[in-house]
Amino acid sequence: MFNYTFHWNQALRSLPQLLEGALVTLEIAVLSMVIGMVIAVFFTLFRLSGNRYLNAFAVSWIEIARNTPALFQIYMAHFGLGSFGIHLSPYAALLAGIAFNNAGYLSENFRGALKAIPDTQSRAGRSLGMTWLQSFRLIVMPQMFRVAFLPMTNQMVWAILMTSLGVTVGMSTDLAGITQALNARSFRTFEFFAIAAVIYYIIAKIVTLGARLLAARMFRY
Amino acid sequence: MFDTALTTSDLMFLAKGAGMTLAITGVSVAVGTLLGIIFGVIRVQIGPIWSAPLTFILDIFRSVPLLIQLVLGNAFQAIVQFGWEPFTTSCVILSLYTAAYCTEIVRGAIDAVPPTTRRAARSLGLNWTQDMGYIVAPLAARIALPSWIGLTLGVLKDSSLVLWLGMIELLRASQILITRLQEPLFILMICGLIYFVLSFPIARLGGYLEKRWSPND
Repeated sequence: MFNYTFHWNQALRSLPQLLEGALVTLEIAVLSMVIGMVIAVFFTLFRLSGNRYLNAFAVSWIEIARNTPALFQIYMAHFGLGSFGIHLSPYAALLAGIAFNNAGYLSENFRGALKAIPDTQSRAGRSLGMTWLQSFRLIVMPQMFRVAFLPMTNQMVWAILMTSLGVTVGMSTDLAGITQALNARSFRTFEFFAIAAVIYYIIAKIVTLGARLLAARMFRY
Repeated sequence: MFDTALTTSDLMFLAKGAGMTLAITGVSVAVGTLLGIIFGVIRVQIGPIWSAPLTFILDIFRSVPLLIQLVLGNAFQAIVQFGWEPFTTSCVILSLYTAAYCTEIVRGAIDAVPPTTRRAARSLGLNWTQDMGYIVAPLAARIALPSWIGLTLGVLKDSSLVLWLGMIELLRASQILITRLQEPLFILMICGLIYFVLSFPIARLGGYLEKRWSPND
């Protein structure tokens, strides 16, 4: 009827390769989340510090990260930085782009979470003799992570989905990249990308479920 | 001074790309919102168990990268010989993608209307349609609007991915100019500025509405 024969066998035979790519995808997502979280914690500090310049720096980063496409940010890291003589590999450009994006969104998550923590908490810390930084690190930050945990899980899933954009800057070792390479060799577009979609779906579900189990264990009162 | 080979006609080319971005976003958000409202009402109305298949299908659109969805959609329309233009394919996929998120927003907003209010309406003699139209819709719209604005901006940004299907939208237009003029940083900055100008004011409006309409403070 359709003049098209599905060749699932050929696609399924490349499953080990695709799964290897899935590991790279997960690796980039985790790395970008870690980098993004570190930057976001610093931005939270910058915003709380009341220093005008630090605050302006954090706010402009966050607004650019949230108001331009992730693909644009990856392009900027890959093509744009070349003007400064910095030539990033596709892997580094992808990682930099996603980490930049994550930092912006995570800062907003942290800011929202901070609203749920009363000022009295850090004041109590201060009156116990802690420095400002100690009371942030020991009292406020753990509570902030607890409140922001669910949005952070969502951001992690976003990071996994964003890694697929690497293929547009020539990334060839992650799941999308390998799928595209195999597709270019065999022209079995639908089969390969359907399998990739299933793998992405399973990864996203595992991450969501794992985070929920982790939250149930960690945040027990 | 600053020296560039960028001409006015190149800027027009970028503007045309931005127009394409807006066209795809407009169509997708309109269709997606309509579908999202329908799916959302269905999900609330028939309950979580019967709507499980719908929930599952919509969840797929939120758990698979949009780029993969676009490639799959394009391959699929080629297999069943629809003969769609890339524009149609992009709009169909982006609409379903929008609908998947919009369903969640609509469902959450309808659930947030207090059941007592709805029961009061029903006991005053309003039928289901009137209850939905006069009681639920105005209350739910207030709750849904800030997230819906966020979704619209998300689709505006995600629409950049349709360049993979060969659509010449804003980002692809700047890429073409980069290939010709070899000034990646400058052109990308203009491209980013256009996205920012389109997105930032609406994002601010959404934030303002959220603050003003939030029920608790």
